[in-house]
Amino acid sequence: MNSGNTMQINGQNLPFQEGMTILDVARLHNIFIPTMCHLPGAPPTGACRLCVVEVQGARNLAAACVTPAQRDMQINTESPRVVNSRRLTLQLLLAVGEHDCLLCPSSGQCVLQDLAYRYQVNPKRFAPRTVMHRTEAVNPFILRDFSKCVLCGRCVQACCDIQVNDAISHAYRGIKSKIAAAGDRPLKESDCVFCGECMQACPVGSIIPVESRQSPRIWETHKVKTTCGYCGVGCQMYLHHRDGVLYRVEGDIQSPPNYGSLCVKGRFGFRFVNSSSRLQTPLVRENGSLRPAGWQEALDRVHERLDSIRQSHGPDALGILASARTTNEDSYVAQKFARAVLGTNNIDHCARL
Amino acid sequence: MAGLARVLGSGAMTNSISDIEKAHVLLVTGSNTTETHPVLAAAIKRAVKHRGAKLIVVDPRRIKLTRFAHIWLRQNPGTDTAWINCLLHVIINEDMLDQEFVDNRTRGLDRLREHVSRYTPEYAAGITGIPPEKLVQTARMYARAPAAAILYTMGITQHTSGTGNVMALADLAMLCGNLGIPGGGVNPLRGQNNVQGACDMGALPDVYSGYQKVAVPENRDKMARAWNVKSLPHKPGLKLTGMLAGSGEDAVKALYVIGENPVLSDPDVQHTRQALQNLEFLVVQDIFLTETASMADVVLPACSFAEKDGTFTNTERRVQRVRQAIDPLGESRPDWIIIRDLGSRFGHPMPYRSSQDIMQEIASVTPSYAGIDYLRLEKKGLQWPCTHQEHPGTPILHSREFASGRAEFQCVDYTPPAEKIDADYPLWLTTGRSLYHYHTGSMTRKVRGLNTLERECCLEISPQDAQEAGLNDQDRVSVRSRRGEISTRVRISPAAVPGTVFIPFHFAEAAANVLTNPALDPVAGVPEYKVCAVYIERKQETG
Repeated sequence: MNSGNTMQINGQNLPFQEGMTILDVARLHNIFIPTMCHLPGAPPTGACRLCVVEVQGARNLAAACVTPAQRDMQINTESPRVVNSRRLTLQLLLAVGEHDCLLCPSSGQCVLQDLAYRYQVNPKRFAPRTVMHRTEAVNPFILRDFSKCVLCGRCVQACCDIQVNDAISHAYRGIKSKIAAAGDRPLKESDCVFCGECMQACPVGSIIPVESRQSPRIWETHKVKTTCGYCGVGCQMYLHHRDGVLYRVEGDIQSPPNYGSLCVKGRFGFRFVNSSSRLQTPLVRENGSLRPAGWQEALDRVHERLDSIRQSHGPDALGILASARTTNEDSYVAQKFARAVLGTNNIDHCARL
Repeated sequence: MAGLARVLGSGAMTNSISDIEKAHVLLVTGSNTTETHPVLAAAIKRAVKHRGAKLIVVDPRRIKLTRFAHIWLRQNPGTDTAWINCLLHVIINEDMLDQEFVDNRTRGLDRLREHVSRYTPEYAAGITGIPPEKLVQTARMYARAPAAAILYTMGITQHTSGTGNVMALADLAMLCGNLGIPGGGVNPLRGQNNVQGACDMGALPDVYSGYQKVAVPENRDKMARAWNVKSLPHKPGLKLTGMLAGSGEDAVKALYVIGENPVLSDPDVQHTRQALQNLEFLVVQDIFLTETASMADVVLPACSFAEKDGTFTNTERRVQRVRQAIDPLGESRPDWIIIRDLGSRFGHPMPYRSSQDIMQEIASVTPSYAGIDYLRLEKKGLQWPCTHQEHPGTPILHSREFASGRAEFQCVDYTPPAEKIDADYPLWLTTGRSLYHYHTGSMTRKVRGLNTLERECCLEISPQDAQEAGLNDQDRVSVRSRRGEISTRVRISPAAVPGTVFIPFHFAEAAANVLTNPALDPVAGVPEYKVCAVYIERKQETG
């Protein structure tokens, strides 16, 4: 911030850099401006008008997400004029479709719900328009409930600007407007690869996981940040879980290398964790078949057999295949075990495969 | 990764994932990135769409990235060294090299000039099937970019010439000064979540953690002191492919397999099964009863990533935290606890109470991880080398000098693949992954939705080849190679190019590796998964 540019937001003098928008400056300094259509990483569209602010000397309210910050600008983010405009916008959005928080799987993680509450909006001011498009749930992962869509366009940007899969876009006009895959066909017949970027970008409950109506809502689960276990990109993500069961995976928008993006495996491929075919006890072979055993028996057997083969054939008759899936700590201990305990350098893993 | 380590002294991605969006030209080869590394592929597509980067794709299949490519070179399978050497030839010939970089940081330009002189576009075209003018155009596009990045995956390494392919790519980057700069580099994209970490940690036959060679006496002394043992073995061990080589005096008699499924992942399935059956004792530690585990004498249940703490190191060398979300399922335990408890039985206690204790020991014996601890990893992880507590990590390698001082041009010659097509086996087969499954499918095939989107193995074949063989979409065929035969369905796809078919290796019931050739790269020990010759025949549908 050495360019010497400052502006004023709500009476505070704030430094900024060339090229920042009013929204960028506010967010940098932890000043709240609501947004709906704004998607970090994609070019701003200024479509929803919720981020409007009052710029002193300007005739109209300005959309903070597209208005460049300028030297000596004076901004008010919550003036009565601004609040009235946001209330009206919210009332219009609430009239687009059926927004029933009681039955909505996204309750608790919905921008519309949060802002309606914050600005204490009367949801019944305008009569809701009829829902024109039927819910689509013919693929295994993503459910599209058009009765809740506010047409903010975030999903289109997520698909076309962030993941660049170009599977969905705006379709039709006026009250028939819809976010549609090519030719208004179901996602599974389109270029969609089920990365779920649209789902994570959806600020309401319009694009949700297929199973979400059978899953606990957001406040009933805990979340833990971790690293995806599939490919080598190492996406950062949150696991939402309750009572030992994983329900949902969410990309962490703050962290490299993925800044919120995930792929179909990372986002939806977590059910193997709680699969009923997981190994739950040690198994030992007896009379040709495997039977369950306790840890004591299984580890004693491994020790006995490895030790006796080592005695008769030497340590290089033993080998360990470590794993490219387990943690660094697991791999380190495995090679230490091979070298310091068994006495062999016969350790490898399938890096080459 | 042996090839890259040989030239540059380090076998990892030289640059960061965020660098992809800083490159002016991206050269992607042997990587079906949109399916194997989808999130990284998004960065490539964004670079093209939003930043005007030029994309060069070199791949025998019409992969999705070719839609975004400015140039797509379709080489004959197994001819990579030839097209790379041709680019080197054109760049030297047209004087497009980065003279300053070559003068100051490399050695052996004259030898390289001499070596590539016969790789004229016409000569290379004869081998690779790529039109000469396209090779020239590609050389110009790559060489004239202020910063150009090379990205590659197993399509480059899984060949008998794999190490040579990588060294040739490194020559290319060096010649144009594309190392040590933002948006440049030679970048192997690692396929599995912690393959980088497993290498870093010394789960390799010849090195301890941080690539400290076991053959060096000082390293052995240091590790023996740290591990509290009198001495450590000095003879480098067997590679995976050697351990599974089967019979003979040197063969291993007992194998302890942790989280791997070699029955499906290794070449020539029959051979691997036989080798495992020949063992006196087999222990498998895994989260599922895999094809390999079901052959074991003892099976130990491990925890999944959601049930344990630790770290993974990603393809850009970033060490990141894995955090426990749920309790271990049933009686399962984290791998390190199982191994620790075995150690005690051998009279070698390893008194770790947590994975954090282990990381402390890793940092104390591994120079490139010396500055890493869990507290510092909390926000964004750290990219190694990170040599002390204040070290910020290293997003770009070789920015000032190479580990070996100057890097030497390697001058690699083209060698044809180990197997050729002929009248009996007229089609090339190449193998790889699909978007909806992972590796041997032991995880993804337990996820119903992923199975719905991709239920079974499909052989991908071009419309022309299908017509010639009299095949319709979804027909069942038998695929034969010199090693075995599998049965699979056919998917006629414009992604396949005539003469080459593709099979993913995720499916046990149609294991692609029944067919593949176990011929190895002599240096890295990588099997030639990407090229073999097959014959396809329509099968009568039964039931």
